[in-house]
Amino acid sequence: MRNDRHSPGFWLLAAFFALFVLFLYGPMFIIVLLSFQGPEGGLTFPLRGVSLHWFHKLAEGLGVVDIGAALKRSLGLGLAVTAFTVLFSVLAGLAFRKKLAGGNTLFFVVVASLIMPSIIVSLGIGLEFRLLDGGIKKLLELLGMDSALEGYGTALGLFTSALGAHLTWTLPFGLLIMFAVFNRFNPAYEEAARDLGATPWQGFRHVVLPLIAPSVVGIGMFGFTLSWDEIARTSQAIGDVNTLPLELQGLTTTVTTPAIYALGTVTTVVSLGVVALAMGLAWWLGKRQKKGQR
Amino acid sequence: MSAPAVAAHSAPAKAPGRSLAAWWQALPLASVFVLFFLIPLALVLTVSFWDFNEYELLPGFTLKNYFAIFEGCGSGADLCVTFKTYLSTFKFSLLVWLITLVTGFTVSYFLAFHVRSQGAQTLLFVLCTIPFWTSNVIRMISWVPLLGRNGLVNQSLLGMGVVSQPVEWLLFSDFSVVLAFVHLYTMFMIVPIFNSMMRIDRSLIEAANDSGASAWQTLWNVIVPLSRTGIIIGSIFVLTIVMGDFVTIGVMGGQQIASIGKVIQVQTSYLQFPLAAANAVILLAVVLMIIWALTRLVDIRKEL
Repeated sequence: MRNDRHSPGFWLLAAFFALFVLFLYGPMFIIVLLSFQGPEGGLTFPLRGVSLHWFHKLAEGLGVVDIGAALKRSLGLGLAVTAFTVLFSVLAGLAFRKKLAGGNTLFFVVVASLIMPSIIVSLGIGLEFRLLDGGIKKLLELLGMDSALEGYGTALGLFTSALGAHLTWTLPFGLLIMFAVFNRFNPAYEEAARDLGATPWQGFRHVVLPLIAPSVVGIGMFGFTLSWDEIARTSQAIGDVNTLPLELQGLTTTVTTPAIYALGTVTTVVSLGVVALAMGLAWWLGKRQKKGQR
Repeated sequence: MSAPAVAAHSAPAKAPGRSLAAWWQALPLASVFVLFFLIPLALVLTVSFWDFNEYELLPGFTLKNYFAIFEGCGSGADLCVTFKTYLSTFKFSLLVWLITLVTGFTVSYFLAFHVRSQGAQTLLFVLCTIPFWTSNVIRMISWVPLLGRNGLVNQSLLGMGVVSQPVEWLLFSDFSVVLAFVHLYTMFMIVPIFNSMMRIDRSLIEAANDSGASAWQTLWNVIVPLSRTGIIIGSIFVLTIVMGDFVTIGVMGGQQIASIGKVIQVQTSYLQFPLAAANAVILLAVVLMIIWALTRLVDIRKEL
């Protein structure tokens, strides 16, 4: 099998693969191209002029939607999700290396969250926070805090329910990556550190962390990019404000100018920028680690 | 670089340590799933038995939400709305599953067994996964300039004289929905299947060759059975995503095609939470049955 590099089979498969890659990337290239059209540009070819017109339009806002504000909300949420995903996944990854009572159950729940239809999770979180609202309002009424009751809106929000909804989607990826890392991890380095009198924290900080650093960066990348594009789990669990992808989903039916392609170019550039940054950082950390071992 | 480790690994090697410390370290992650996954699921189940009026939810125990969903399903020659919606969702699931399975398997097979250099292998694998980290909605609307009424495909067909009128069923149709699903989710097949294939002992392939097996025989009798775990995991991903979807069917179907996810979404937006919850419980039951059937499939084949 490995010697038939130039057999017809190889070329057939290679052609199939090339077509698949074209299928993956082709449409995306086209909308990036179309987003740089002149003011007369439309949703399809031919390309009419070259300009940044539609990006200016985008900055002014599309209809009633304030793109800048949605962008900031999504960035803020994405950064929070990244931080929590990295911290909680690494901690849990360490926990699973030890004797963890109920570890199998926890693992089962995490995998269940990964494959659970998102609309069900979203509905559940939305329900939870609405019932919580009801409870809080009753409590305020009982306590006679009328001004607080009037001022109270809802517990649903970007950094409460939406953050939780995103974490149910990003943490499974984070934990699975930690499992993959520790499956291949040689505990001899840690034991050596312990034998030399390192505290558990020193052992982690100076031995384990540098070794797993490239993968930790990978977990962060998953956290940010998955949150940045999340729609299904956020949809019923966010309340009054919207994230950028949710606004974008609404705009697909109302905006009929290349401005929506410009928005596509912007969000894709952010995603790809984060992916490139993470891969570069992971590669650099990996290289530094190899140098240190020599 | 950590490739998305979707495949479930066995519990990692245990290093000596105190159980209490482990418990504290797992606590933040565990609390997230209790607060935002287990309690919400329990609430969905509970509220599906509640009553409601225009203003509020009325706690209690009633089966009327479930009766409302299956109203008219037992009688008449015509299918009721719920059955029709499930039938349509099943149709999408089956089509998308078949196409992503064949495509994903072929791509993985090429990467795992025909690309020799490890560097090229990693590079091409990453190339397949990068779009996964970009926006799904953008990837959906990126089909508009190609498939629209005045899109590239129609322009070419008209130019070549194949058709005299623009083809209408290319966009906002069942076709575009399936196309978008395949575009978005073939990655969920490639990663686990590629992962399984990379674990296959290469000497088994050589043994098959030495015993005179043709490339097809090796593929069918050695590689496919040994990639089983990856195929099952990929299938579970793709089927559960399509079964619960409302975003892709919404955007690519021009908001005209029904799906269970969409029914739940619409009922939620009208604040009919008990109805939406009952629908969610039924959907969950159906999805669990599919997963159960898929895992049984593995066991049965192992027995034979």
